[in-house]
Amino acid sequence: MSIDKEKIKHVAKLARISVDEAKVDSLTKDLNSIFKFIEQLNELNTEKVEPLTSILNQSLRSRKDEISDGKIREKILKNSPKENEEFFVVPKVVE
Amino acid sequence: MVVMSKEKFDYFIRGGKGKYEVVIGLEVHAQVLSKSKLFSGSSTKFGAGPNNQVSLIDSAFPGMLPVINEECIKQAVRTGLGLNAKINNYSVFDRKNYFYADLPQGYQISQYKNPIVGEGKVLLDMPYGSKEIGIERLHLEQDAGKSIHDMDPSNTYVDLNRSGIALMEIVSKPDLRSPDEVNAYIKKLRSIMRYLGTCDGNMQEGSLRADVNVSVRKEGDKKFGTRCEIKNVNSIKFMQMAIEYEAARQVELIENGKEIDQETRLFDTKKNETRSMRSKEDAHDYRYFPDPDLLPLKLEQKLIDDLKKSLPELPDKKKERFIKEYGLNAYEANVLVSEKEISDYYEEVAKLSDKKLAATWMMGDLFAMLNDKGLDISKSPISAKHFAELVQSIKSGEISGRIAKEVFEIMVESGDNPNKIIDSKGMKQQSDPKELEKMINEILSKNKDKVDQYKAGKEKLFGFFVGQVMKLSGGKANPQLTNEILKKLLKG
Repeated sequence: MSIDKEKIKHVAKLARISVDEAKVDSLTKDLNSIFKFIEQLNELNTEKVEPLTSILNQSLRSRKDEISDGKIREKILKNSPKENEEFFVVPKVVE
Repeated sequence: MVVMSKEKFDYFIRGGKGKYEVVIGLEVHAQVLSKSKLFSGSSTKFGAGPNNQVSLIDSAFPGMLPVINEECIKQAVRTGLGLNAKINNYSVFDRKNYFYADLPQGYQISQYKNPIVGEGKVLLDMPYGSKEIGIERLHLEQDAGKSIHDMDPSNTYVDLNRSGIALMEIVSKPDLRSPDEVNAYIKKLRSIMRYLGTCDGNMQEGSLRADVNVSVRKEGDKKFGTRCEIKNVNSIKFMQMAIEYEAARQVELIENGKEIDQETRLFDTKKNETRSMRSKEDAHDYRYFPDPDLLPLKLEQKLIDDLKKSLPELPDKKKERFIKEYGLNAYEANVLVSEKEISDYYEEVAKLSDKKLAATWMMGDLFAMLNDKGLDISKSPISAKHFAELVQSIKSGEISGRIAKEVFEIMVESGDNPNKIIDSKGMKQQSDPKELEKMINEILSKNKDKVDQYKAGKEKLFGFFVGQVMKLSGGKANPQLTNEILKKLLKG
């Protein structure tokens, strides 16, 4: 797999990371060399190997359906850059 | 010009170059009934003050880890079983990445390649017969928060109470062909989930909403056309309007030799049209990957079997039983099983009174009254027991249908039992032949001229005599007996 400049810009946009135009070239080079390294794994035959989703040999832990959290509005909103005692306030987003 | 046509068996859009079939698939988002959220212990209760039901997990504070609610898993399995679907013993939670102000995590925890429920089916009763709609899958996912755009001219307010509440996304196959079928499908899903107690189906509160996929193709074509997805429609009426608009728009494009872009569209309820959501251009680039915070979900077969055993009787089965056990026709059975509370009420009434007459009176006067007052049957001012007594009084001939309507009105106002009302107001039907004969003779002797006219051939006057009997008896004369006796005496 190889990645071009357009792809770098696209992924950066999706992730809301601002990428300096001057850096796009070197980023493309770096990422391509990282991919090349990872792609060595393709040399292995994995035909009958189940994909590994976790290295922990356990099943998903669950909890009972009980209300044990919430009612901490003040605490939650404290870290909001802008708030009005009840809501998070963000720049207008309208369809 | 585009003209809609709805024939008996099909729904087409007529363009200048032929008929077009409309192909519809739905992604229904149903809020899981649970006390707490899918991955946190915050309450799911509707109507709380803004951001009062938000934990550090729901607001995505760094380092917080999701722990799944076991009840939400069970609710998804129950729903899957109710949709006659395959339950997957192994499923995986994935991150669906996108950026929006009401999604603090920056991703929604959802299920992508391995959903908890696989293929199933739902049966619809259409006027032209029953139709099977395929279910593609059902998966569990988190709801997002709510953005409020109209409280401030330059800012959007975000309330995260809904953030993290469990949703079931139920994806249908593209088997629906008309707005009517969409209506029947949503109602059926809602009914099944309400029977199961897995979703309250309250569309006003957003517990049930859908993304609608619409495409059109020339009649007889095998290949599907390019589809558009109309996002987040929250009422059946709007779904139907959006489909009609969107299908007509697509036909118009085709007829003018233009291409349909596969895109996400928004239904504007004020303008009654769909329009492109350009902001969603990149939206389908979700970069799914398994959520490293959550291990795969493995369900023991025993859990699935136990849940299956504990399922209530569902509408399809109940309908069959109502037809067999109570002698109802398919239409009556359909209406009476549509809501669990309605079917419970009916069964209580039917146990104590005439089954067929009970159905007729329930679907007539009772439903009209509830509808008028905007009440659910669970809040009916008339109890099932009292309603059954009323039905029995009609059946036994104690009161006429006309008087029964009066008794019914008084029951609604007073909550009294019908026998008490009938006794205290002397509303019993006059069914004693001797008494009636006496009364009728009296009327005939007072109206000798009319009797002569009648005998001379003016048979229309029969109605006049019946009217006089009713007037004299205060509407209580048994109509059938009155007719018989009148005929006999007028002959003599």
